[in-house]
Amino acid sequence: MKLYFTALILLLHSTLVHAAASVNVEVTKQEINVIAVTMFLLFVTATLGITYWAARRTRTRKDFYAAGGNITGLQNGLAIAGDYMSAASFLGISGLVFASGFDGLIYSIGFLVGWPIILFLLAERLRNLGKYTFADAVSFRLRPVPIRSIAACGTLAVVLLYLIAQMVGAGKLIQLLFGLEYHYAVIIVGLLMILYVTFGGMLATTWVQIIKAVLLLLGASFMAIMVMVKMDFSFEVLFSRAINIHESGVAIMSPGGLVSDPISAISLGLALMFGTAGLPHILMRFFTVPDAKEARKSVFYATGFIGYFYILTFIIGFGAIVLLANNPEFLDIGTGGLIGGNNMAAIHLSQAVGGEVFLGFISAVAFATILAVVSGLTLSGASAISHDLYASVICHGEVLEAEEMRVSRMSTIGLGIAAIFLGIIFEQQNVAYMVGLAFAIAASVNFPILFLSMYWRKLTSNGAFIGGSIGLITAISCMIFGPTIWVDILGNATAIFPYKHPALFSMSAAFIGIIVVSLLDKSKSAQEEIEAFTDQYVRSQTGLGSEGSAVH
Amino acid sequence: MVSLKEVEIMQQLYRRIYNDPEFHQLEKKRRIFSWSLALIVLLIYFSFILIIAFYPEIFAKTIAVNSVISWGIPVGLFVIISSFLLTGIYVYRANKEFDATSQKIVKQHINDGRV
Repeated sequence: MKLYFTALILLLHSTLVHAAASVNVEVTKQEINVIAVTMFLLFVTATLGITYWAARRTRTRKDFYAAGGNITGLQNGLAIAGDYMSAASFLGISGLVFASGFDGLIYSIGFLVGWPIILFLLAERLRNLGKYTFADAVSFRLRPVPIRSIAACGTLAVVLLYLIAQMVGAGKLIQLLFGLEYHYAVIIVGLLMILYVTFGGMLATTWVQIIKAVLLLLGASFMAIMVMVKMDFSFEVLFSRAINIHESGVAIMSPGGLVSDPISAISLGLALMFGTAGLPHILMRFFTVPDAKEARKSVFYATGFIGYFYILTFIIGFGAIVLLANNPEFLDIGTGGLIGGNNMAAIHLSQAVGGEVFLGFISAVAFATILAVVSGLTLSGASAISHDLYASVICHGEVLEAEEMRVSRMSTIGLGIAAIFLGIIFEQQNVAYMVGLAFAIAASVNFPILFLSMYWRKLTSNGAFIGGSIGLITAISCMIFGPTIWVDILGNATAIFPYKHPALFSMSAAFIGIIVVSLLDKSKSAQEEIEAFTDQYVRSQTGLGSEGSAVH
Repeated sequence: MVSLKEVEIMQQLYRRIYNDPEFHQLEKKRRIFSWSLALIVLLIYFSFILIIAFYPEIFAKTIAVNSVISWGIPVGLFVIISSFLLTGIYVYRANKEFDATSQKIVKQHINDGRV
């Protein structure tokens, strides 16, 4: 029986990641696009203005990490949607629909369904237990030193891998869109992100993300509407014209696709669904709202915006087939494909439906998107260093607020500089696997610890620490010895670990490790941790005693 | 800084609430509700995926004889929209009913503690 399994699951690799990867293809230097640069400068000016405003409101730790806890559900929903609607997913998914039609929809659905699960099982408990980072929630009843060490390792690994992938993708994309030198592009992204985060903290980061999300939703809506105008607002017309033009014909209307082994498919599916629930920069957003009510609302809005956005990208992809695939203006003479590759479909379409000005707008939004996403990542990495490692592990909680904030600002600058250097070092490397690895680590370290701490009374600190470390090591070594790195990058003949996606194995290893070690743990502290589950449970369900709650 | 005494008071409060049968009733209702919604989402998603994996021809059929639109498209839309609606249903009930009951229980115990 044919397994089209992968089709459904594969999102990561094919979409997210490949936006970065496909831009990897020879980038021809473009002339400087004046309209795009002007619009981008407008965005930068506006967001620096916001940063200035936010900086004056960022005085305490709570302001810096959690925007004072004053973000509303709607605002946070937009910010979460913004974190999710990266340049890679916008360009990647519309490019995928352009290339293979219906399959693109399958991928976006895979991304979306993680959200209801996060809402039903994690969001409010997380909000009620935590303060600034997800490690706060886990160390409610567990020992802070081991828990925060492993949580910070998980966070930093995810953040660095994701940052490298974003920086390299950003450099290539900006080179293509703006005609700007790769190194300059990477340095500009790095410096702006350092400014936003260092001075404006979570408040500026959130508003940059909100503005970008609104611009992206407006731009994508306009594009989809213009496509439908050209199709007399008839989906019949859109689809039948696409079928006539596309080389695969009627096959673009049905599941097609990539056939690979079911193990890899399931493994990648797990990484996507549970990786999302373990991404530190997304989890951190639940602490920016005042209470569990607003936390729930933010997931509701986020799911709505993300779902709407995916529907738009579907129309955009089909519109691109109809309007671009036969249009020599957008085709590469050599290959016959789109100039710059399939992931440029949305960008070219913006020019086809809205001319130079709209092309400039969409290019500027794509640049803004990268900035907003890297800022969120850097802030979550910096808080893992200052709040989890420095304040709790090194100083054992005995630290002045001002000192902790100084450390987080220094960490932000350090991470920003590291991101610039890594972006430059990895310029010629294939970084597509890094997002996959980041999701696998989030699903194998952060998620199991967080989930079990909330749902399993018998979890102990030793279990979480050892099991989490096993998950981390398994994910990284399966990746290194797997086909992507061992064969494709290091040039060995055969892979020691045969599958591309480690999550099925590394997640199982983490869960088994955590459970076995916890059950064997008969120490006195383990006993106390198990007893404290009752307190944690009541707090997580009622919000009594939680950060910012009325009752103290 | 939270004093040791406050921690103790809080702990007693948590334990009292935990032993309150009304709290347990609420938790049972909540648990059934959130896990059933989670199962519905997983069921919808995995049916969608399994059809694609094993019977892709079902989604290739057009919705009407004179149409080019295949079943896969409305079904895909249904998965997206139902995910959104289910989060809406959850938020509505949790924010109205569950939060009200849970706040009532908490208040009652705080007041009892003062007496």
